Amino acid sequence: MNDMNITSAQYVVGPDGSNMSITIVADGQTWSVPNNSPGNRFYDEIMRQVEAGTLTIADAD
Amino acid sequence: MSRARDFADLAGSADAGGLTGRNVLVNGSMAVSQRGTSSTGQGASDLFLVDRFHLNTNGNSAGRFTVTQESDGPSGIPNSLKLACTTADTSIAASERFFIEQRLEGQDCQRFKKGTSDAEAITVSFYVKGNAAATYVVGIYDSDNSRQIGAQFSVTTSWNRVSVTFPADTGGSALDDDNLESLSLRFYLHAGSTYTGGTLQTTWDTAVNSEQVGSGTTSFFDSTSRTFFLTGVQMEVGERETPFEHRSFADELARCQRYFLAVANQATYAPVGVGRAWSGTTGNAAYYFPVEMRVNTAISVNDLSKFDIVPSGGNPTEVRNDGGNKQSAKVGWVSSGVTNGNFYQFEFGNNQDGALFFDAEL
Repeated sequence: MNDMNITSAQYVVGPDGSNMSITIVADGQTWSVPNNSPGNRFYDEIMRQVEAGTLTIADAD
Repeated sequence: MSRARDFADLAGSADAGGLTGRNVLVNGSMAVSQRGTSSTGQGASDLFLVDRFHLNTNGNSAGRFTVTQESDGPSGIPNSLKLACTTADTSIAASERFFIEQRLEGQDCQRFKKGTSDAEAITVSFYVKGNAAATYVVGIYDSDNSRQIGAQFSVTTSWNRVSVTFPADTGGSALDDDNLESLSLRFYLHAGSTYTGGTLQTTWDTAVNSEQVGSGTTSFFDSTSRTFFLTGVQMEVGERETPFEHRSFADELARCQRYFLAVANQATYAPVGVGRAWSGTTGNAAYYFPVEMRVNTAISVNDLSKFDIVPSGGNPTEVRNDGGNKQSAKVGWVSSGVTNGNFYQFEFGNNQDGALFFDAEL
């Protein structure tokens, strides 16, 4: 498990209109994380925190 | 030439460090540090500085440290990872834990034959020193089977090579042959009673938290004078250590770039890539990685104002992952003043301070 302090998370729509990525602020740094990418440490941690109920991913603008 | 002579020559070559591919670790010489050479005030959350060496803080100690890539090492290994305690924590809560680790892909650990009847011993060797005598724990954690093993080691004020051989482990199942974490080599430097309450697990067994570090170890956060230097880290098959396996910088950098790539210190107006706008404010540029990444990457930049969208787009207001795969990324950007369907270049600005990061770390 990675210890990341994720303070925000929001889906971002890509060229095909789907949720292509998730923009997060983790430990003060902004990252764009590919959506549906198990194995990516950021994505795995986002999902872990979502499942734990400690993080909500906002809808895309 | 006799067969015996061949074997003798082979053994001699191995003793001289002539056989390559022995070390499963990447950047054990601490030569590559794409994220910079120093980071201060750390301890509240995890981080990497020197490539591939994850500083796992648990985020719950008041202890703080500076981490640097040092031009200091034993003979023949000029760089090291240095930790210097800057805020002590002598009131250690039960769940506190701080360790340096390198996580390994399962497909790179198959040589250990762990979890099979043919399992091999694993020897870990490394050079360490500190500001004073100290005792820490080095261990291996098998995340596929939740098994662990560890051993204490001593630090003095001079560079010393430590070698620890962990016995073959026939327990559990074979390690997954994939690109996900199977083993983690860990150096435990600070821990609370959750991890020290029992007796250190010195034989392979199901992981028990209280036996991960055991008693009688030093806390790295016991004093602001505390330092810890580490380099020449090697993990190999067999019951004894071999000389540290030196690799070229280019070789080591390429291995590191599978997990993290910093595109930085580029020439003024250096192009990152070219691609098409797909709306009046968004577009993307293709960037082809120098080596295949472990997984699809997360993307970050250190300063959007250091990049331009040309012609006519100005600075991007956002950079994001518009897709891609392990070979390339579509670096998405948001910028005003673009025309849907036109092509634009995503480039560094008129300075060399910008940096683009691709992260596929374990």
